[in-house]
Amino acid sequence: MKFLRMKPGHGEVLLTEGDPAVRADEERLVAAFCEQLDAGMWAAVPERAPSGRRQAKMVKQFSEIPTDAERVIFFPRAAGGC
Amino acid sequence: MLLALCATTIVIVALMWEVCMPRIEEELDKRRARRAHVAGVGFDPGRERRAEQRARQLLKSCVNEEEWAMYRDLGFIRVWGRNADGPERGGTDRTLGGAPYAYLVYPHKPIVSFLPQTRQLLSEYCVEFPDETRPYGSARLPDSDDVLAKWMALTGDERRLIATANMHLPGRQVDPKQARRDLWRLSEWERARLAKDRRSASGAQA
Repeated sequence: MKFLRMKPGHGEVLLTEGDPAVRADEERLVAAFCEQLDAGMWAAVPERAPSGRRQAKMVKQFSEIPTDAERVIFFPRAAGGC
Repeated sequence: MLLALCATTIVIVALMWEVCMPRIEEELDKRRARRAHVAGVGFDPGRERRAEQRARQLLKSCVNEEEWAMYRDLGFIRVWGRNADGPERGGTDRTLGGAPYAYLVYPHKPIVSFLPQTRQLLSEYCVEFPDETRPYGSARLPDSDDVLAKWMALTGDERRLIATANMHLPGRQVDPKQARRDLWRLSEWERARLAKDRRSASGAQA
């Protein structure tokens, strides 16, 4: 599982990666996940719906990430603009 | 005579000095300010282009093939609305009995909602994803990252995104003529794509 973060002037950045089934990796992933959410990021998991269409799943807790997810993308939280 | 001419010249030079000096100093200050401004922003076109290329690859890997082709060819993505109730069935003439709705997602522009059957524009949702860490002096994501962020937020939690956005009537930021023209371009693009798919399918059968 890879944690990616969108970054201005750079595109995505790989924050960390690991296998959630491995204890040490899981702890590192959980720490990175909490750090990003504490920094005000939103987290989304790109996935394929049962119909075959691609969509995203917004996750607010590490436990909500599907076990087979390959990537979690962090991006700045939305704010009303214009 | 010569003495008078010299005295006059000196007076003219002195007056010119008084008149011109503040202006010259002002121009020098502006020039210094411009140089300082350029050095402070640190805008690098090459870096921004590379960031956009990375963002396009990420977008391509996340969205449907049709959506990627749409963005590549037209510069925006249509995302179908997912709120189960949608417009009330048979509510008014305008909603056409529960017509589905959709959004046009542009980079760094408001999201425009519309009714696909009538191409009627419903509203604009102004939303941004500012990264206040400003790693290179700007809080602005690359164009394709902005589109992907909107796509993920719309497909993942449409209600939260729409509740966060500032809603306006159509025409505040996105020119309605441009939006309608984009909807027409989209329908032509879909028609051409469908025809191409049919041709390739019949070619495969033969």
